[in-house]
Amino acid sequence: MTAIASPTTSTTTERGSRLSVTQPERRHVPKRSGKPDPTGHLSAEQVEALGRELDALRQEVLDSRGSADAAYIRKVIKVQRTLDLSSRIVLLFSIFPPAWVVGTAGLSVAKILENMELGHNIMHGQWDWMRDPKIHSQVYEWDHASPSAQWKRSHNEIHHTFTNVLGRDNDLGYGIMRVDEDQRWSPSNLGQPLWNLVNAAIFEYGIAAYDLELGKQLKGRGEDPERFKADAKQVLAKIGRQMRKDYVIHPLLSGPSILHTLTANMAANLVRNLWTHSVIMCGHFPEGVETFAKTSIDGETRGEWYLRQMIGSANIEGSKAMHIMTGNLSHQIEHHCFPDLPSNRYAEIAPRMREITARYGLSYTTGSLPRQVASAWKQVIRLSLPNDFSVTDAAKAGAGRLLGRLRRGRAAVAA
Amino acid sequence: MSSFLLAPSQPVRGVARVLWHLAETAVTPLVPADYLDLVSPLRRGADLRGRVVAVEAETADAVTVRIKPGRSWRTHRPGQYIRIGVDVDGIRQWRAYSLTSLLRAPDGLLAITVKAIPGGKVSNHLVRALQPGTLVHLDQAAGEFVLPEVLPARTLFVTAGSGITPVMGMLRNHLDELADVVVLHSAPTAADVVFGAELRTWAAQGRLRLVERHTAAAGVLTPAELDAVVPDWRERHTWACGPTGLLDAFEEHFADHQLAHRLHTERFRPVVITEGEGGTLQFSRQGTVVEADGATPILDAGEDAGVLMPSGCRMGICFGCVVPLTSGAVRDLRNGELVTASEGDGVRIQTCVSAAAGPCTIDL
Repeated sequence: MTAIASPTTSTTTERGSRLSVTQPERRHVPKRSGKPDPTGHLSAEQVEALGRELDALRQEVLDSRGSADAAYIRKVIKVQRTLDLSSRIVLLFSIFPPAWVVGTAGLSVAKILENMELGHNIMHGQWDWMRDPKIHSQVYEWDHASPSAQWKRSHNEIHHTFTNVLGRDNDLGYGIMRVDEDQRWSPSNLGQPLWNLVNAAIFEYGIAAYDLELGKQLKGRGEDPERFKADAKQVLAKIGRQMRKDYVIHPLLSGPSILHTLTANMAANLVRNLWTHSVIMCGHFPEGVETFAKTSIDGETRGEWYLRQMIGSANIEGSKAMHIMTGNLSHQIEHHCFPDLPSNRYAEIAPRMREITARYGLSYTTGSLPRQVASAWKQVIRLSLPNDFSVTDAAKAGAGRLLGRLRRGRAAVAA
Repeated sequence: MSSFLLAPSQPVRGVARVLWHLAETAVTPLVPADYLDLVSPLRRGADLRGRVVAVEAETADAVTVRIKPGRSWRTHRPGQYIRIGVDVDGIRQWRAYSLTSLLRAPDGLLAITVKAIPGGKVSNHLVRALQPGTLVHLDQAAGEFVLPEVLPARTLFVTAGSGITPVMGMLRNHLDELADVVVLHSAPTAADVVFGAELRTWAAQGRLRLVERHTAAAGVLTPAELDAVVPDWRERHTWACGPTGLLDAFEEHFADHQLAHRLHTERFRPVVITEGEGGTLQFSRQGTVVEADGATPILDAGEDAGVLMPSGCRMGICFGCVVPLTSGAVRDLRNGELVTASEGDGVRIQTCVSAAAGPCTIDL
């Protein structure tokens, strides 16, 4: 609602539509690592043809979108709310261990469904077409520390527009990690396996801080202190409401089960944090996912944008239940090409996307959940060290930095 | 007296409020209604909805839909209409239909009568596909096309097609109180007369005088014929409902005879949306009016005119620019798809990929 009442200024730089850009020739902006252009074999015409194919695929889904899809999302909502409510009722008796286990498991699943298949997708506008004011991107508020409006700005607007563009898409490591060879290494990356683990455990708060651009603000590089203040107030209020619900109201309602319900709710939130963190790591961090130089997207055409989404994302293979529990983000490639198509339709277009990528000689990164999670972790661990790591270089770099700091410090004292 | 009666309920209300507030804190960021709606969508205090109880054929292309209203339903005055929101192919569509039911019907049901109009998305759905048990969304009754508190001695009702529906609402509720009633109704053939049997029965019982005009054979009724058909029309209070052409002609005729005050009209407002390439954009809150062509995104057109607009990716993916389209038509620049809206429909559009396709009002 507030998003409509108070127009926000754009955070995505330049004015003017990005809809109808055409490029007569392809160009490649090399990256620091000197990796070859994975799309170098495609001509401008081929890329435009690819764009038209994907547009046609999108249109096909739009044309067949209807009451079955509406029934699907309403069913998910019904199942989620029923599960949520019944788990909370079971937890009123969480002093009994079986009730604790059943209630915690149910609540964990309900919370995951709410954030993934409902929250994330509704806020992407996947269900706006139904014109149901309760299932609408401009209205929906999710069960998460980050307020919808702030999450939509950092996720929908920045991440989905500038996907995997180095220096523009902060989702590449969330500004605290190095997950690509072309990101600059600094000694602080040495700790990133630990940061990642901590972030996984407190993921929703990590996202809230990230959406708020808290890191930038702390480093004194915040762009708009007024907006930061207003946003920070919103986040704190939201976190307050969320915590009051899970850690005060429901435990109190449980009477003698008060402590057990408290631990159950903490456990459910932890389970959701670990699960969503794993799923989201699989979207862009695993090996095989491409990144792009900062200036490579100047004057990018629609076809090139599609291209970037396709090879900049990675899927997860698995059962139908797994797909639903990931909010169909297991179809990350399809989601990134068509972020506003209903999530229940990604599965059916996935084989066709795969066929298209093969025909155009492009990679289609996918694998089982354990494999992709392991791959993403491997990247996080491997890239905590410099690309051409050797002990002497590292020592030199470290010593150099230290000397620099000392010198600056002395200069400051002298002044 | 009343304060004495209310007094005992005060503390209860206070407790109820505390409990409600507790429920709100327990279900945030949702609201208690989100859960209650799953089990009791028609409860008091809920958004007004109704459950379709029966769909009965009136003619080959008209049905009466009987709806059990939610407990938030107030009441209506015969002749008024309700807006009904129904999901067609998964998309919520709002339309207005006159109520034809009895004010205090023993079954408590509301009734609307719908005639399928060619190409009509909602009317065809209601006539051909609506199933009992469907939940529909409702607004409270509205409209000024009603009989006055003090009923006139002599009345004339001029109707055509489904224009009979609000009049039927009045007749079913007030026929016994109306002394001298003439109904002048036009339909293509006798079989097309909605409520034909009921009207003819009343006529046979002498409770009203019914003049049927079958336009397929006899042509369209003109006001000039009134003198011949209803010679005392000047002494009657007239209520007219039907297509625009008919109403325009009657309004002119009554005005020519200085009898405009005796004529009450209800115009059907089928979604009249002028489609075209480009159009005038009216940003209603900021009071800016802009001419935009059919190739320029509304976002660009608005910003160029200094309108403060929410924006984001500028390529249709982030939904950061979505705003309500109060009325008008826009075209999706990516695939040419047309989106239309009338007041109250709750249609929102992505301004970065939509261009004006006719005059538009935007809630900004």
